[in-house]
Amino acid sequence: MFDIFHILRDNWELFLLGQYPYGPLGGLVNTLILASLALVIAFPLSLLLTMARISPFRILRYPATVWVYVLRGVPLIMVIFWTYFLVPTLIGRNVSGFTTMLCTLVVYQSAYLCEIVRGGIQALPSGQYEASRALGLGYFRTTAWVILPQALYNSLPSLISQFISIIKETTLGYVINVQEMTFAANQVNNQLLTKPFQVFFILAITYYILCYGLTQLAQWFEHRIDKKRQGSVDIASVEQP
Amino acid sequence: MNQFFLDLGQILQGEYADLIIQGIKTTLQLALFSWMIAMGLALALVTIRLTSVRTATLLVAGYVSYHRNVPTLVQLMLWYFGIASILPESMQLWLANFSTEFLFAVIALGLCQAAYFSEDIRSGLRAIPRGQSEAARALGMGYIRSMRYVILPQGIRNSLPSLLNHTVLLFKNTSLAMTIGVVELTYATREVENYTFLTFQSYFIATAAYLAFSLLLMALGAMLARRFEKVNAR
Repeated sequence: MFDIFHILRDNWELFLLGQYPYGPLGGLVNTLILASLALVIAFPLSLLLTMARISPFRILRYPATVWVYVLRGVPLIMVIFWTYFLVPTLIGRNVSGFTTMLCTLVVYQSAYLCEIVRGGIQALPSGQYEASRALGLGYFRTTAWVILPQALYNSLPSLISQFISIIKETTLGYVINVQEMTFAANQVNNQLLTKPFQVFFILAITYYILCYGLTQLAQWFEHRIDKKRQGSVDIASVEQP
Repeated sequence: MNQFFLDLGQILQGEYADLIIQGIKTTLQLALFSWMIAMGLALALVTIRLTSVRTATLLVAGYVSYHRNVPTLVQLMLWYFGIASILPESMQLWLANFSTEFLFAVIALGLCQAAYFSEDIRSGLRAIPRGQSEAARALGMGYIRSMRYVILPQGIRNSLPSLLNHTVLLFKNTSLAMTIGVVELTYATREVENYTFLTFQSYFIATAAYLAFSLLLMALGAMLARRFEKVNAR
């Protein structure tokens, strides 16, 4: 079992940064960059998608619904292969594995994030919407100032869970040789050849610590939001005669 | 467009069609076997957790936490490359009689999904008001009978929609088995693509196949959810 420490001592740079100073950036840092970029790009897209999915216009609603159902019904590997072949055809030049994976994650996550935001919006009491319209705000201002701020605040814990999912999904970049942590672990494994269990154990533990920490963060937020919502309800009920 | 369908026809017959059908079969087998492992284990895990023996519940919580926080692909690799290598040699030789890729894929996927299933069942059971079990006990039913006639039917009904959602996840996750060399649908598709260079056509077929099964399961889940909502509203 001491092998684990030896392997870590000799290869921690590869796990963390890939071959960075001498080659492309990789390892855990690249995993995190990839996941963060994917979330940051997919999120605004998913807002648009949600608006289309709950809009009263069929011409917007149907394509958005189909988009969501198709992406949720297909394994991520399939989406990766589609992106791998489609993106170079569309833009007419080769793209790196990192870009392919980023596009894949954005497309795939847009569908999942859309459902989360939609859930957040539907959980709001319909009085919010009606009151804001009654105050004379139009559809766009109601959405931007009344509905979305509340819905997004409520869905903060789910957004963190989704970030965890994205981190876990980046591992699939392995099939198209994206330089992230799983790729680095396989490199280490190919060098050592005799210690596969130890290498993949290190990999699993690293992911575990990272994702478990984020799970706790999500739970903390959930408690906070619950408390805050509870608090506002209490004040309202005290003021009632 | 016409060319597209002509080429589709070309893939959909002869040896390529055989390969894809074989792939679909393997995918379904993977899903079925690992589903059975997952469900059996999940029921055991929930039962252990209900006993409220502290060490046992902590172990189950650790199990669930590990499988939910480590990527499924890494779990697969750990089993196929890692665990396989530290088994005693006689066992490795014995295992070589079987298709080890398939075996380890089923184990890894099953164990992973058991964690999700057990959480689904647990939250389904937790949603039942305490009064239900107290009332059943007050009516003179023993623990086993109150479980069987009162708690479990309601609990399973509560957890069915999320169990079906996670079954879809399990089905999609079978595609990860291609990374360790199981010739399931994704792997078969890549083979066909390598032979024919009909990239879009072969991936189109695979995507349609995955989508058909997933949508079927999703529709079933939505139907059950709607039906139970009606029952609960009554």
